[in-house]
Amino acid sequence: MRPVYAISGGVSKFAKARPDKTFQAIIKEAYDYAIADLGLDFPTFTRLADGSVASYFSDHFTRQLMAGIMAQDYLGLCPKPGHRVEGGGATGGLCFQEAWKSVASGHMDVCVAYGFETMSHVETWKGNEFIALASDVSFDYPVGGFYSGYYAMMVTRHMHEFGTTVEQMAHVSVKNYRNALHNPYSQKSRPITIEDVRSAPMVAWPLTRLDICVMSDGAAVAVLASEDGLKKLEAAGAKIPRPLVRVTGIGRGTDAMRMADRPHVDYDEFMMDYATEQEKSSDETRAYYRRLWDKGTRYPGVHSFRAGRTAGNMAWKHAGIRNPLAELDFVELHDAYTSSEIQTYEDLGLCRYGEGGPFAESGKAFMPGVDYGLKLKDKPVCAVNPSGGLMACGHPVGATGLMQAVFAMWQLQGAVRKHFRDDKLQVTNARRGAIHSHAGTGTYVTVSVLEREA
Amino acid sequence: MAKLPARREETLGGYIVHGVPFPLSTDEEALQFLKKMAPIQIEQEYSIRYLHSYGQDSPWFAGLANRRLLASQAPAGGYTYANPRGHDMYSGAETRWIDITDAAARVHAFTVCYFGSEEFLPETPFVLALIELEGVNTLLLTRLMGVDPHKPGLEWIGMRVRPQFLRNSKLKPTDVYFVPRE
Repeated sequence: MRPVYAISGGVSKFAKARPDKTFQAIIKEAYDYAIADLGLDFPTFTRLADGSVASYFSDHFTRQLMAGIMAQDYLGLCPKPGHRVEGGGATGGLCFQEAWKSVASGHMDVCVAYGFETMSHVETWKGNEFIALASDVSFDYPVGGFYSGYYAMMVTRHMHEFGTTVEQMAHVSVKNYRNALHNPYSQKSRPITIEDVRSAPMVAWPLTRLDICVMSDGAAVAVLASEDGLKKLEAAGAKIPRPLVRVTGIGRGTDAMRMADRPHVDYDEFMMDYATEQEKSSDETRAYYRRLWDKGTRYPGVHSFRAGRTAGNMAWKHAGIRNPLAELDFVELHDAYTSSEIQTYEDLGLCRYGEGGPFAESGKAFMPGVDYGLKLKDKPVCAVNPSGGLMACGHPVGATGLMQAVFAMWQLQGAVRKHFRDDKLQVTNARRGAIHSHAGTGTYVTVSVLEREA
Repeated sequence: MAKLPARREETLGGYIVHGVPFPLSTDEEALQFLKKMAPIQIEQEYSIRYLHSYGQDSPWFAGLANRRLLASQAPAGGYTYANPRGHDMYSGAETRWIDITDAAARVHAFTVCYFGSEEFLPETPFVLALIELEGVNTLLLTRLMGVDPHKPGLEWIGMRVRPQFLRNSKLKPTDVYFVPRE
């Protein structure tokens, strides 16, 4: 596999509704931004691009099959190779990794990963119904298909197993909403408080409206290139910032569509197949897990995401990461729910299983320099969702994973001030970050590591 | 008395409009003005009736219609699935049917949905629950009845429950639901 560089990106303004443009034209906003950031013009870049990968989740929202090719032709990329990927909420993450594969394999030197979703074309509760169709339509959907309900069930179990509290969950929302005050791309940004989160309308107990991300219209584009691709673009006048940002780790995992079907494995199987290298090597952590299992915890059940742990372990191994919390400067993760951000801290090994709640309120995942209006016990260690995440930026499904890639790229390029017109969210000396994209009730999960070269 | 919500609910529907504002002539100035026009949005209907087959899982629904809760069991090892599966995910072997109607059951996880997908909005608030069944390795997603949806609490987890069946089967997984065992 060849080295793959993330060189440029663009994000359309995410909004509740974008009736002003069709989906193709919204993608072109992000595409034009990515091209302009390289200092190239549209015809020059488009001539040098070898192909693309298109990302969008649902044909239902557009009532249009093969929307990908409509974007491909609008962007002027025909007759170059392209294909669509789909994997629920992880579609953007899968798209990024497919583009990585296209370049790493030598099939392409310059690959455009673009994604979008226009969810405003139906009313909110119909949109929820479409999303719920990403659960088994024979057994799960008819019982009361509603993703917020599915995640609420997971978190009641998490609370029962580990003592996680709704206030700990609300810390996630406060963090992400307040980070987003400094991100002009965000859809929601308010200086909310723990009390605001808890007093918001209850959607699915114990998740309130402020524990849940919103539906959006939006698009994002990431451009990946090989060393030969860099040379071709630079020969044409592209200005690609140094040091370069390289994709150094790729991981994916899956789990059963019906979360009820997921296993509940014993301690030995967990330690052998799922524990991180760090967990396996610590006597104290092995004893901690032994105590959890002695109390009745089984893995992953519905409180944890085996797909997320598998994707994380794979990506960390690929990137040579042993201690994610210490070795990552930031993580952009899929916080569709405050509870799923907490679950994902654990899956990614930022803390141990069962410690996601205390980790959420500790301050370790917060940004230094942002006023959260909270008393936090610990200093920031690894910023999680410095952009505001899905919670505040919005979640136009096919664009979301690519939005994370673009924000991560800008962090590693040290270019947050340039793109956000505010450097409050620039992670100081950001050297390595991870992006995490998550589908369904944890069915497909991707983790990718991006790194600034020395 | 509760206050009215601060915002009225947005809905589709409205008047059919004949005649769309447009410049009277298409001179250069008028054509430039078109770039400043607000978008036209129209409503489109889409509905379809599917002939959905439960395939190899059909006996599970027939069981519900006859007040029996079936499960699928791997022939070797006995791994048992509350939701039917034609084949065991570990051995690949074809599963056999077993009857778990009388298995002891407890609430494993739950939520109360105060909102829902459009299809289920009229049923809110409703309680979703994942049920543990003795001797069964996986959980069952179901509706929990006989509890107060306005007083949920974590103490519901572990509650002993029993299946109850609709008298008039709809051939859907909601033909079975669970209620607290007295």
